[in-house]
Amino acid sequence: MMTANEALFQFLLRQGDNALVLGHRTSQWCGVGPVLEEDIALANTALDLIGQTQLWLAYAAEVQGEGKSANDLAFLRDAYDFRNLLLLEVPNGNFGQAIMRQCLFDAFQVPWLTELQTSSNQQVADISAKSLKEALYHWERSSETVISLGDGTEESHAYMQAAVDFCWPYAGEMFCDDAVDEAINTAGIAPLPSSIRQTWIDQVESVLSEATLTKPNSDFAQRGGRDGIRHTEHLGHMLATMQVLQRSFPGATW
Amino acid sequence: MSPESITADQVWTWLEGVPDPEIPVISIVDLGVVRDVVCANESVTVTITPTYSGCPAMAVIAEDIKLALEKRGVVSVELVTKIAPPWTTDWLSEKGKARLEDYGIAPPRQTGVPERCPNCHATTVTKVSQFGSTPCKAQWRCDDCLEPFDYFKCL
Repeated sequence: MMTANEALFQFLLRQGDNALVLGHRTSQWCGVGPVLEEDIALANTALDLIGQTQLWLAYAAEVQGEGKSANDLAFLRDAYDFRNLLLLEVPNGNFGQAIMRQCLFDAFQVPWLTELQTSSNQQVADISAKSLKEALYHWERSSETVISLGDGTEESHAYMQAAVDFCWPYAGEMFCDDAVDEAINTAGIAPLPSSIRQTWIDQVESVLSEATLTKPNSDFAQRGGRDGIRHTEHLGHMLATMQVLQRSFPGATW
Repeated sequence: MSPESITADQVWTWLEGVPDPEIPVISIVDLGVVRDVVCANESVTVTITPTYSGCPAMAVIAEDIKLALEKRGVVSVELVTKIAPPWTTDWLSEKGKARLEDYGIAPPRQTGVPERCPNCHATTVTKVSQFGSTPCKAQWRCDDCLEPFDYFKCL
């Protein structure tokens, strides 16, 4: 039986690691975006996510109570200690796939952070209210872009259909409740993720249909990211790049 | 000046002279980043809030506040960062909005659409991208003079 503090720590890591891993993956687009405007948009989205990471992981470190900082948690943990969704750690693939991933995640973040604004934990409520403002315009852009590309040329449509087919098996993990979710829900900190599944499906179906894309039928969900039990082989490679400076020069600052 | 004689009003006036590092025509007070000033026990506590959670200008703003106050003889400056209530463009002062437009940045509007081109004042404008040169701005284009311009996003 985990303590309330342990459950809160795990919950905060999930929040922070989602933002960190997607933020880092998105930052990998910087300088290689398909057009200048998209390059800037991707870099700005990454920046928002890294900002949110600092808020979540700083609070996680405080709850952990071992005198660590947000930076320690970001740069000195190994893959098996990360609690992000698998969807966010797989490599970017092409631009269409990165936008589809963002869209599926934003469709979750918006209703999720909306609920968290009324959390019984004031710090969770405050961080969520701040992050929601950013998630809302991320969603505006990612959903519009999925529609434009899906309902675009034959070539862009094919890329987007392949993107949704690729991302779909990873998306279901968002809604797989476990013991941490139960404990957090009982404490009034957050609803069960499964409770917003229908809202997410409605939003995603509406975007995919406007984008003339076919929603995959399977409900099969790859899991193992948010509980850290089985990450993909990609996370370790990503962390090797992301963490190399702090691993090689511990405590280095700007 | 001895710290005891410093009043919060004075500090607010000094902070009005601290420009935003990325949009230097407006002050951090006009931007609504400074939320509170408390002078007590020979120290000044300034509460600031980030515009966007990842805004890279925050560290520079914090340094600039310290420098501005130390220059006036304040010995102890404490900075507190607060994220709630979250920053909103409603906190931009009218003076700040007018200066933004003079500088070539269309000020934020509730509708999410700039009122007019900051260069030629034509009202037919088109969005180019929801993101611009900084997280707080979007890129728009005037359909009349065809100049691109920054729009301060409504948040």
